[in-house]
Amino acid sequence: MVESTPEKHSAKESPSRITLPARFASLDSVRDFVHQAAEECGMGHKTVCEVELAVDEAFTNIIEHSYGGESQEQIECICRQTNDLLVVVLKDCGTPFDPTVVPEPDVGANLEKRKVGGLGMFFMNQLMDEVRYSFTSGPGDRKNCNALTLVKRKEC
Amino acid sequence: MEVTTTQYKNGDLITAQGRIDSSTAPQLAEKMDSITNEGRYKIVFDMTGVEYMSSAGLRVLISTQKTCKRYNRGELMLACVPERVFNALDLAGFVQLFSIYDDLVEAVANL
Repeated sequence: MVESTPEKHSAKESPSRITLPARFASLDSVRDFVHQAAEECGMGHKTVCEVELAVDEAFTNIIEHSYGGESQEQIECICRQTNDLLVVVLKDCGTPFDPTVVPEPDVGANLEKRKVGGLGMFFMNQLMDEVRYSFTSGPGDRKNCNALTLVKRKEC
Repeated sequence: MEVTTTQYKNGDLITAQGRIDSSTAPQLAEKMDSITNEGRYKIVFDMTGVEYMSSAGLRVLISTQKTCKRYNRGELMLACVPERVFNALDLAGFVQLFSIYDDLVEAVANL
C-alpha cells in the first residue's frame, strides 16, 4: 500500500484526510488542508508555502491528466506527520497517470524557446524532498487508482 | 480573485487581488487577452494584492509576454511582486524574462 513509506519513522499521530471533488474550485480547500498539516508539523512559513504550492500542482495535474478535466470524481488527500517528515498522499481513481515520467521543462530557455506549460511536475520535484507515484487498486471494486506521495522534511 | 484594468495613453495597468491558481487563472488570461486582442501590448501588472500564484498563473504571464514582445511591439512588466510570488517566478526561471519593478509609479512611467 502506498501509505507505508520506506522511511523508518513511527507516526506521531494518525493521518488526517480530506476528500474533495476533482474540480479546480477545490484547490483553496486542499491548500488550506495541507497548510494546516504543515504548520502543525512545526514547519516555518516558507516551507509551508512550498508544500502548498507542490500539492496545488499535484492536485491540478490529477484533474487535468488523470480525469481529463474537471469531473464529478473525487480526490483524496491524506497528511501524515512523523518525527521529521510531512507525508502527503493524493489518491484518485482516474486514468493511470504517472507524473514522475513527465519530462522537465528547460527553465533556462529564452522567451522564444520557452514552453508555456510543463512547470507543475518541475515545481513538485523542486519543492518537495521526495515525489513517488504508485498504481494501486482502490476501495471496493474501484480499480486503476493512482497514488502520488509527496514528502517534505522539516528544516533542521 | 478580482482583476481590474485601467487604460492609459501609452499602455494598460492590470491589477489582481487574491489567489491565482487553475481555478482563477482563466480570469486573468481573459483580461490580458482582452488588452492584447485590441492591439495594445504595453502592460504593467500590479501584483501587490496577489497572495499566491501557481504555475497556472505563471502560464498566463509567459503566454502574455510572448504575445507582447513579438515584433518588439511591447512588453508585460511586473510591479510590486510579493516575496512568495517572486519565489515561484524565480523557481520557474521567469525572473530574467520580465522587467520587475518594486515601485508601481516607476513601472507605469515606463509604459
